[in-house]
Amino acid sequence: MDMNRRALLLTSAALAANVVAPEAAFAQEQPRRGGIMTVHFPTEQRILNPSLQASTGVYIVGGKIQEPLVDLDAAGNPAPCLAESWEATPDGKTITFKLRQGVTWHDGRPFTSADVQFTAMEMWKKILNYGTTLQLFLDAVDTPDAHTAVFRYSRPMPLNLLLRAIPDLGYISAKHVYEGTDIRQNPANTAPMGTGPFRFVQYERGQFIIADRNPNYWRNNLPYLDRVVWRVVTDRSAAAAQMESGQLLFSPFSALSIADFTRLGRDPRFEVTTRGNEGNARTNTLEFNFRNPVLADIRVRRAIAHALDIPFFIENFLGPFAKVGTGPIPTTSPDFYPANMPQYPFNRAQANRLLDEAGHRRGAGGVRFNLRLNPAPWGEDIALWSTFIQQSLNEVGIRVEIVRLDAAGFLRTVYNDWNFDLATGWHQYRNDPAVSTTVWYRSGQPRGAPWTNQWGWTDEETDRVIDAAATELDSARRKALYADFVRRANTELPLWMPIEQIFVSVINRRLRNHSNTPRWASSSWHDLWLAS
Amino acid sequence: MRVLSLAARRLAASLPTLLIILAGMFLLLQLAPGDTVDALIAQMGGGGDAAMAEELRRFYGLDLSIPAQLGNYLWRLIRFDLGFSAIYGKPVATVIFERLPATLALMTAALSFAFFVGLVLGVIAAKRVNGWPDTVISTLGLIFYATPSFWFGLMAIVFFSVHLQWLPAGGFEDVAAGLTGFARIRDIAAHLVLPTLTLGLIFLAIYLRIMRASMLEVLTLDFVRTARAKGLDETRVMLRHVLRNAMLPMVTLIGLQAGTMLGGSVVVESVFSLPGLGRLAYEAVVQRDLNTLLGIVFISALLVIFVNFLVDLLYARLDPRIGTGGAP
Repeated sequence: MDMNRRALLLTSAALAANVVAPEAAFAQEQPRRGGIMTVHFPTEQRILNPSLQASTGVYIVGGKIQEPLVDLDAAGNPAPCLAESWEATPDGKTITFKLRQGVTWHDGRPFTSADVQFTAMEMWKKILNYGTTLQLFLDAVDTPDAHTAVFRYSRPMPLNLLLRAIPDLGYISAKHVYEGTDIRQNPANTAPMGTGPFRFVQYERGQFIIADRNPNYWRNNLPYLDRVVWRVVTDRSAAAAQMESGQLLFSPFSALSIADFTRLGRDPRFEVTTRGNEGNARTNTLEFNFRNPVLADIRVRRAIAHALDIPFFIENFLGPFAKVGTGPIPTTSPDFYPANMPQYPFNRAQANRLLDEAGHRRGAGGVRFNLRLNPAPWGEDIALWSTFIQQSLNEVGIRVEIVRLDAAGFLRTVYNDWNFDLATGWHQYRNDPAVSTTVWYRSGQPRGAPWTNQWGWTDEETDRVIDAAATELDSARRKALYADFVRRANTELPLWMPIEQIFVSVINRRLRNHSNTPRWASSSWHDLWLAS
Repeated sequence: MRVLSLAARRLAASLPTLLIILAGMFLLLQLAPGDTVDALIAQMGGGGDAAMAEELRRFYGLDLSIPAQLGNYLWRLIRFDLGFSAIYGKPVATVIFERLPATLALMTAALSFAFFVGLVLGVIAAKRVNGWPDTVISTLGLIFYATPSFWFGLMAIVFFSVHLQWLPAGGFEDVAAGLTGFARIRDIAAHLVLPTLTLGLIFLAIYLRIMRASMLEVLTLDFVRTARAKGLDETRVMLRHVLRNAMLPMVTLIGLQAGTMLGGSVVVESVFSLPGLGRLAYEAVVQRDLNTLLGIVFISALLVIFVNFLVDLLYARLDPRIGTGGAP
């Protein structure tokens, strides 16, 4: 009797602790082995191998099966993965990686420096998007022994730039699977083989992908999960319903509707958060075509920026997962973010005055001139944003016609045919401005390359700063150069980036150890476990 | 034998149509801005350089002129080669045959449900024409017909899967469980209940209207009066005389709708995450994957020709005055 009462007291004490400090209770929990993780997979990919395609849709699957040389730790700093250590020579032209020993591929063969050499030269340098630019000046990878890979560059490569880029752009593939084959047609592209915590099992097109626990994983006794299943669900509302019915445990990368984020965020069964996606910041753009003489006038571009009430739009349409942006480098990147750059706060009177000064008087019906706006078809926020632009500009006498196209049509029309006045989409920031940001401003981009400077705008000063920063080895000087870059970009305004967003994850609360790095959704999930 | 020669003649007569459909589809998709490489780059999220795009276009055979591409396609088709799917990196034939079971299962289930329930309700409505059962049934039919299927589907999911937790919210089967044999069939059936109802209800409304109108028409004909005058009881008159003759328009309709359903239903397949042909076709258009799209059109067209052939045979069975189209 006495015992029972004691046990009862203890239990209620434990319950109370749970209520007061749930985080502390989690910390003491013993990780549970086993269980099946089910993941929302909204868009099927042609390739699942992240050494060949750098995109979130590939990482969400391939990132559990293959591994990069370097990953990010909880604080966002480079952390050893397949490489244990690294060093650069003072001239910045030679970077040496010491590789982890005792790692095997899923087929049992050992992982060696030959795999690194093959992947870097044949995949990163020739095929991988963003990789081809990053590794443009990579001459060779030497392999003095099986566990050392020496990257030799013909121009200085800032070590920090490389280390920030390769968690995404540094996935390794097995040489013995790809050597002597047509890499683009290799069956392993959709049945990836790697060194990661999960082994590819099956891919049923239009339905699911399955990967099982790798019993020989180099992190001993990990992973905790038995199996990961990715379920193809293209409809947003249907995916939300499957989260609620428990058929899905995780929906990554803002794949549900904004209304469902709010609704599920209030539901105690789910956590709706941007945590774990800090490495995937994006900004909403407003792109101007300088071939239209009206928009080539800087007063018109500034007037348009002043005509948009960004805080109002965010508060009423996007909710808590967006904030006012200040230019091409987002606040999530403290190593480069420059404060006090030129801004264009909402000011309708100022917008009207600038348009008057530019000689665009209001004509019949108060209309000054007409513009066509092409919104990108990805993301509900872009559709809302384009309608908001249309209505805001109408207030200052600019009539906007919205031209909606699907993905292929949008890219071709805007970036190849230049058949637009205004365009809007996302700029993805990839941890360092040199990876995917400065191409939006640097002149001389080949026609048809999407998400690059196709505006018909050339600025020598901007080009000079961008080039200098890309090969600058001193971190402080690099940061200063990028501040110059942002100041120039915000002054000349070839495009405007007034909203900053981080991808939203919707997570069932049974998951433990989730969202613990800035690229968690892309990472390997070796320590993820599922409470019963 | 006569049936076989009829089938061969039918197929031969359909060939020009098939050719026109394929060529038209090919040319229509050329009018859409962007090609499959643009779609691929959109998936990548950027960072592709110009040389890479050019190499990809060569890889997908897009560097040739449009007539040359069309010529190549038709030449391959003559050799029964549907080509290579750009989205999935597999032969188109394989991709389509992977999707056929789900499409056929859903279509057969939805069409049978709509046909039989529509038939029964139509007969009841006609028998009690202008009475309360007729009003109730007709109103329900109108509601089913007017409601968008995605809304029906989503509401069914919210009610039966999220709240009651009776049925799965989507997918073709429970992959995590690894079921086999009879348990697997039961699992797939459970997954198909809601999509079948959603897709079937719209068609049900049409069948019910047609059946009711057709019954009412046949009921006024002379032979029905004769049958009654012979002293047959009402059930026998209804089943053997009225129903059989009233079925003809229903059979026509099923032939037409089988075609529509074989193309799959993008909406229902998307809402219930089913791997059907409709979603595949939609994906093929968005990704500008010509081979896959033309392959689906080709296979669907063949299936439609086949179903219509069956309908013709059924006609002959229902109404002996209609021959199988042979010599007079």
